Amino acid sequence: MYELAVIGGGPAGLAAAYSAYTNGVKKIVILERDKELGGILNQCIHNGFGLHRFKEELSGPEYAHRFIDMLKDTSVEVRLDTMVIDITPEKKIYTDNPSGYDVIEAESIVLAMGCRERTRGAISIPGTRPSGVFTAGAAQRYLNMEGLMAGSRVVILGSGDIGLIMARRLTLEGAKVLACVELMPYSGGLTRNIVQCLHDFDIPLYLSHTVTEVRGDKRLTGVTVAKVDENRRPIPGTEMDFDCDTLLLSVGLIPENELTRAAGIEMDPRTNGAYVFENMETSIPGVFACGNAVHVHDLVDFVSDESSRAGVAAAAYIKGEKHGGDAIPFKNGSCVTYTVPQKLHKNTTAEKTDVFFRVNKVFSKSRIVVSDENGVIASFNRPFMAPGEMQHIIIPTNKLKGSESITISAEEATQQ
Amino acid sequence: MTELTCIGCPMGCRLTVDEENDYAVTGNSCKRGEIYGKNELKNPTRVLTSTVAITGGIHDRCPVRTKDAIPKGKLFDAMEIIKKTEIQSPVKCGQVIIENILDTGIDVIASRDM
Ligand SMILES: Cc1cc2nc3c(=O)[nH]c(=O)nc-3n(C[C@H](O)[C@H](O)[C@H](O)COP(=O)(O)OP(=O)(O)OC[C@H]3O[C@@H](n4cnc5c(N)ncnc54)[C@H](O)[C@@H]3O)c2cc1C
Ligand code: SF4
Repeated sequence: MYELAVIGGGPAGLAAAYSAYTNGVKKIVILERDKELGGILNQCIHNGFGLHRFKEELSGPEYAHRFIDMLKDTSVEVRLDTMVIDITPEKKIYTDNPSGYDVIEAESIVLAMGCRERTRGAISIPGTRPSGVFTAGAAQRYLNMEGLMAGSRVVILGSGDIGLIMARRLTLEGAKVLACVELMPYSGGLTRNIVQCLHDFDIPLYLSHTVTEVRGDKRLTGVTVAKVDENRRPIPGTEMDFDCDTLLLSVGLIPENELTRAAGIEMDPRTNGAYVFENMETSIPGVFACGNAVHVHDLVDFVSDESSRAGVAAAAYIKGEKHGGDAIPFKNGSCVTYTVPQKLHKNTTAEKTDVFFRVNKVFSKSRIVVSDENGVIASFNRPFMAPGEMQHIIIPTNKLKGSESITISAEEATQQ
Repeated sequence: MTELTCIGCPMGCRLTVDEENDYAVTGNSCKRGEIYGKNELKNPTRVLTSTVAITGGIHDRCPVRTKDAIPKGKLFDAMEIIKKTEIQSPVKCGQVIIENILDTGIDVIASRDM
């Protein structure tokens, strides 16, 4: 019997395990299906991780190493090559690894399975089905871990960060990246990645465009790109043909939650992750969730912070601090697409409540407003907000406790 | 006046650099932004990340990066050298793999243990 089982050994799982340990939990196991810890960070060899947390600009593997090193001198047990296949509300965990099938019992569980990429099937592009169509993350793994190039003439569909990072990486490796094509009128990636991955190498970004045809018999030979109208439908007569052998899809990530669903944990259709309370607890008491399994993050620093909170909360749960009881829901206000957490325990003892959310359009000078049935509780000014950049606010919890429900909204700042 | 997005970190602050006024930077949230804004107009530099072939490691490629930013114009020449480099496991994170690349005064280091 373990006190805590952490599912997934990426940055979320590592931070949760470490925080639980430093808060007095000693019997902890991390279950990871891969052959090493670090999660997606192992293939993210670019720099830009850890500025918030370590005040240094690290690559993905370096960032992961900081946490792996911190765990070295602890009693935290790590099981690699261990796939979790099922969890139950009674906190039984069924695993499969090279030495066989096993059942683990724990007092508390942290779900940190990360996310996976949307595929071509998920966005349905017309045309043939030749080889040469990859998700950007798969191409990243081939190149950065195995040294294999996806192709030599590349079009990228979607302007998510992975696609942008791969545009630069493939260009530096000698490929010609012809275009990055984005359906929406704004980019889905961080502005800094548009600058340093596309502008630096004169790669054109076509906003409000999409791929309308994929050609090729065995291998991809070309794609057609067209402009789209405000309903995101291709506009006839705007087609451009590109001769390319590779199409990378960077069209978003989906939290990985088969285990969560199968355990009967309440899910949020907006995030595709579990509903969580302010302490990252799910609808099953003692089961916590954090990182990309809860909502897709752009910054690993925030993954670590959120996951540390989950670890602290799991430690409190194991020591006997149970929440339950009434909860105050957070609601989407105007221009807000989701919030994490989705609920606040009325009997929480946390002094501050961290709220993460995304907006659905690009804002320049703007304001985030937190309100309840009696009016505005707090507001925060922002010089800029975009859907590709997750927003984070911290609200003193005592300001929220008297509310029936709390609404987070975003609005243009009125000129003074 | 030139408007730039700081790439110093994922905050992506929007900077304004005043060339007429000794490249004074506004819009930055930290010192790095000021340094970036000035450099970007005078001598743009980038940290280069890539991989080198490794034998005896858990993977076939070991990630490397320049310890500091190198001039933007030298990225492709630096890649040529990195592509030809082969190393033997074990290496330690931070270990120098290529010393003083292209006489920039900057080393290329391993960015993980392998
Ligand atoms: C390509 C890319 C580029 C990025 N660039 C940046 C950047 O520049 N700066 C930045 O700050 N952030 C960046 N990020 C974001 C950051 O890396 C992620 O937010 C972070 O890695 C998420 O951590 P995680 O632990 O939630 O998920 P992951 O890292 O995905 O880890 C999840 C782990 O769970 C394991 N797992 C899943 N299911 C099971 C199961 N059933 N049994 C056992 N194990 C399981 C997986 O194998 C994996 O190791 C990037 C992300 C990607 C994908
Ligand atoms: S100015 Fe500082 S905080 Fe802003 S993007 Fe640059 S490095 Fe980040």
